[in-house]
Amino acid sequence: MAVVSTHRDEQALTLTFVAEFAASVDRVWQVWQDPRQLERWWGPPTWPATFDRHEFVVGGQSRYHMTGPEGEKARGWWTITAIDAPHRLEFEDGFSDENGEPVDADDPIRMTVTIEPVESGTRMTTVAAFASTDRMEQLVAMGMAEGMREAMGQIDALLARQEVRKGTES
Amino acid sequence: MVVDELGGTEADRIFHALADATRRDIIARVIRQEQSVSALARLYPMSLAAVQKHVAVLERAALVTKERHGREQRVRADLTVLRRATRLLDAYEQLWRHRTHSIEQILAEDQEGH
Repeated sequence: MAVVSTHRDEQALTLTFVAEFAASVDRVWQVWQDPRQLERWWGPPTWPATFDRHEFVVGGQSRYHMTGPEGEKARGWWTITAIDAPHRLEFEDGFSDENGEPVDADDPIRMTVTIEPVESGTRMTTVAAFASTDRMEQLVAMGMAEGMREAMGQIDALLARQEVRKGTES
Repeated sequence: MVVDELGGTEADRIFHALADATRRDIIARVIRQEQSVSALARLYPMSLAAVQKHVAVLERAALVTKERHGREQRVRADLTVLRRATRLLDAYEQLWRHRTHSIEQILAEDQEGH
């Protein structure tokens, strides 16, 4: 199983996602560096991504669009803020207008990717920090509804317990 | 532009509300059974006013509703909103699971090709 752990910090609005791959550090770095590989995994389900521009240097700009099931397009941008190849990548990710220019430059997702060797191959830790939950909502609205599974976590566990209790009480 | 006096979007209020341990505990209790504010106040080492403030934060996030019953204010959970807050993070986590799976597939092709 590639997904090792996830951690949510609801106060800081961050999601940490740890995955391990049976491949070298350099190989995992390539899936970020090479736009042809990147676009094969970046888009949500049913929203494949196309990277029209991908300048993989500090200060470099990326422009991409994702195509939805009805042919609609959602455009996005990256600005790379730090690179320490092949171990660390930091960038900002936001939405763009029709011309590909950022519309939310003050409200991007700040991404930090750490890639390190482990016994089984390579560990990739991705931390996504949101300036606000609006961005999360936009992502959710974008064709991810089918990806919503039965909810996990503390609250849902409580809700489930409550339903069991109701069942036994009545 | 009118600045929202509550600060931020509905979702921001939800995350803010859930960030505090006392408020999470209050939610856990009122999910099980509605509680009066004064009964809740007896559970925590803080003043009635402090507990009222916590309840107000939860109320602004629409996680709970408050109803007056005679001299009592009863707090009850709003399950719809609670489920929505969890789903938001679930969905983003799901996106990363999908991405990880796609990266694995790309990496697996290396082996097939050689």
